[in-house]
Amino acid sequence: MLWMGGVYLGSLATLLLNSFFYLDGFTGLVVRRFTLSTYQQLFTPSNMDIVFRTAGMALAVTLATIILAFPLSYYMSRYASKRQKGLLYLAVLLPLWSSYLVRVYAWKLILAKEGILSWFISHAGAQGLLDALLSNPVIGGSSLSLSPIGIFVVFTYVWLPYMILPIHAALERVPRSLLEASSDLGAKPLQTAWNVILPLSFPGVVAGSIFTFSLTLGDFIVPSVLGNSSFFIGQVVLSHQGTSGNIPLAAAFTMIPIVIMIVYLLIARKLGAFEAL
Amino acid sequence: MSEFVIELVDVVKRFATPEGNEVTAVDHVSLQIRHGEFFSLLGPSGCGKTTSLRMIAGFEWPTSGEVLIDGKPMGRTPPFWRPVNTVFQSYALFQHMTVFQNVAFGLEMDKTPASEIKHRVGEALEMVKLSGMERRKPRQLSGGQQQRVALARALVKRPKVLLLDEPLGALDLKLRREMQIELKTLQEQVGITFIYVTHDQEEALTMSDRITVMNRGKALQTGSPVEIYERPNCRFVADFIGQANFFAGKMLAFDDQGARVAIPALQTELIGQPVGNLEPGQAVAVSIRPEKVRIAQEPAFGSNSVRGRVIHTTYIGSNTHVLLELAGGVRINAWEQNKISTLDPKAYFLPGQEIWANLFPENVLILPED
Repeated sequence: MLWMGGVYLGSLATLLLNSFFYLDGFTGLVVRRFTLSTYQQLFTPSNMDIVFRTAGMALAVTLATIILAFPLSYYMSRYASKRQKGLLYLAVLLPLWSSYLVRVYAWKLILAKEGILSWFISHAGAQGLLDALLSNPVIGGSSLSLSPIGIFVVFTYVWLPYMILPIHAALERVPRSLLEASSDLGAKPLQTAWNVILPLSFPGVVAGSIFTFSLTLGDFIVPSVLGNSSFFIGQVVLSHQGTSGNIPLAAAFTMIPIVIMIVYLLIARKLGAFEAL
Repeated sequence: MSEFVIELVDVVKRFATPEGNEVTAVDHVSLQIRHGEFFSLLGPSGCGKTTSLRMIAGFEWPTSGEVLIDGKPMGRTPPFWRPVNTVFQSYALFQHMTVFQNVAFGLEMDKTPASEIKHRVGEALEMVKLSGMERRKPRQLSGGQQQRVALARALVKRPKVLLLDEPLGALDLKLRREMQIELKTLQEQVGITFIYVTHDQEEALTMSDRITVMNRGKALQTGSPVEIYERPNCRFVADFIGQANFFAGKMLAFDDQGARVAIPALQTELIGQPVGNLEPGQAVAVSIRPEKVRIAQEPAFGSNSVRGRVIHTTYIGSNTHVLLELAGGVRINAWEQNKISTLDPKAYFLPGQEIWANLFPENVLILPED
C-alpha cells in the first residue's frame, strides 16, 4: 500500500517538477532549470482554447450522463423486480466487457455520413434538423462522426455505466422508511423525489461525476477517432510528449485536469457530498 | 363527526412471499377507536400489529375490508392525503436536514406560510423539550432526542390520529420508562388519538386506555388494561400479558360460584370463573396468576385448596417468588408479597416445607383451550 502510494505520488511529483522545466527550441532538448516559461506557453489563447473545449465537453458529458443515469437507477432501485434488476445490471455492465476501442470504432460507423443513424434520421424526416445542428460552427462538422456532437454522444455512451453504478448504489441506500415518512408528512411523489431522494443520492451523483469528468478530461482516443481537427487535452499531451518531445509542456497540460479535479472535489466537499459516505 | 376516529371493518391483508406463497398478515380484523383514546395494538412480532398500523397510515392497502378515518372510507387514499401521521420505529429522520427543517417538512409540504411554520415548529419543539436544538443535525442527537424530533415532526401537523410504531423500542430501559410517562402526559395534553404498536405488555398496560391483543393476524381481545389482565378471554392473552399458571382441565358444570372443572393432573376439581361461551365436557385451560396463589399452613376453600411442597424460593425484595410442587407433580409459581420486615428466613419459605396452595375461585379463570 505504502509502496503503491509512493510510486503514485512520486510520479505525480515528477510530473509537477517537469512542468517547471522548459524545452530549448534550438536543440530540442529539455533544459532542467526552474522556469515559468512553460506555463507562459500554456496560457496562450490557442492552448486555452483546447483547455476550455475539453472542460466544456467534460461538463456536458457529465450533465448528460446524470440526466440519463438518474431515471434508470431510480427505476432499478425502486420498481424493478429481482429478475428485471439482474437483467438491467447485465445490460449496464455488458458493454464494459468488450474493448473500449471496439466500441468507439463501432460508434464511428454508426455515426458516419452513410451510417445507420444518418439513414434513420433522414428516413424519420429529421434531416433538416440534423443539418441545422451540423452547420453550427461550435458543435457542428461535416458529419456526425466528425463533429463535437459525435464526440459528445460517444463519451456519454462509454461513461454512462460509471454514472449509473454509483447513483444506483446511493439510491439503494436510501431507506424505504424515509420515503414513507416523507409521504406520511404530506409530500407528493415529486416533492419526495426533490426534497428527499435527490439530496440523499447527491453523494452518488458526485462520485459518478468524478468518474465521467476525469475520464473525459484525460481521454485522447474518442476525439482522435471521431472529432474534427480541434484538439482535446489528451491529444495534446500525447503529441507533445511523443512527436515533439516537449515533455515540460505535456506535463503542464496534465496539471490542468489535476487542478480542475482538486477544485471540483473541494467544492463537492463544501456542498456536503461526502458527509453521507 | 363519526363516533370513532378510526375503524377497521373486517380487514384482511395478504402478502405474496418471494417463494410464491401467500401469507395472511392480518386476518379479518375489526377495530373501533374513539376520539382522544390512547389505544395500543399489542402482540408478539409477526402478529400483524404493524401491518394494521401501516394500513391506517396508507403505506399498505387492505386485500379486503375497509379502513375508515373519521367515518370516511379510505380505499386506496395515499398517505399524503390522510389526516394521520406516523412516528417510525427507526425514527426515519431526514439526515440531510436540521432539526428545524425536519419538523417544518410536513408544514412546508402543505404550503403553510413561513411565519406560521416558524411559530408552530417552535411550539412543537418546546412541547418535546428540544428548544434550542433547531440547528442541530439528527446525527448530533442522542437516541432519545431523535425520538423527540420524530414525535415533534408528526405532532406539528396536528393530525387526527398519531400512529406510533414501537417508538421506544431502541431506547434503554430507564429512558423508555421516562418516555412512557412523557408520551402519556403529552397525549393527554394535546388530546390527539394515539395508536401505539408495541410487543411490550408492561408498556401497553401502563399507557393505554384500551388495548387490542393480536396474534397470528387475529385480534383476540380488546379492552381496558384491567379487563385484559384480569379477564383474558383466551389462553394466549392470559399467557402473553403478565404471567400465569395453567392446568389442562375439562368443564364439568356451572354453579353459583362460577363453574367446576376437573383437573386430571391434580386429581381434583377446581371452582373458577368461566370466560366466554363454555359447555360442559369441553376441554379448557385453567389459569391462575402467581400473585393470586395464596400459600398457607391450612386449607381454606374445599377442593380449591391443594396440598403442595416448596421446591425453590427467590427473594426479590418486595416479593418472594416461590416454586411449588402440587399433588401429582404439577409445578406452579406463587408470588408472596413481603409485608412484614424481618430477618427470619422462615418468613420467606424454605425448600421442602409442606404447605397448602389456596386457589380461591375468584382468582381461577376457566378459558377456552386455543
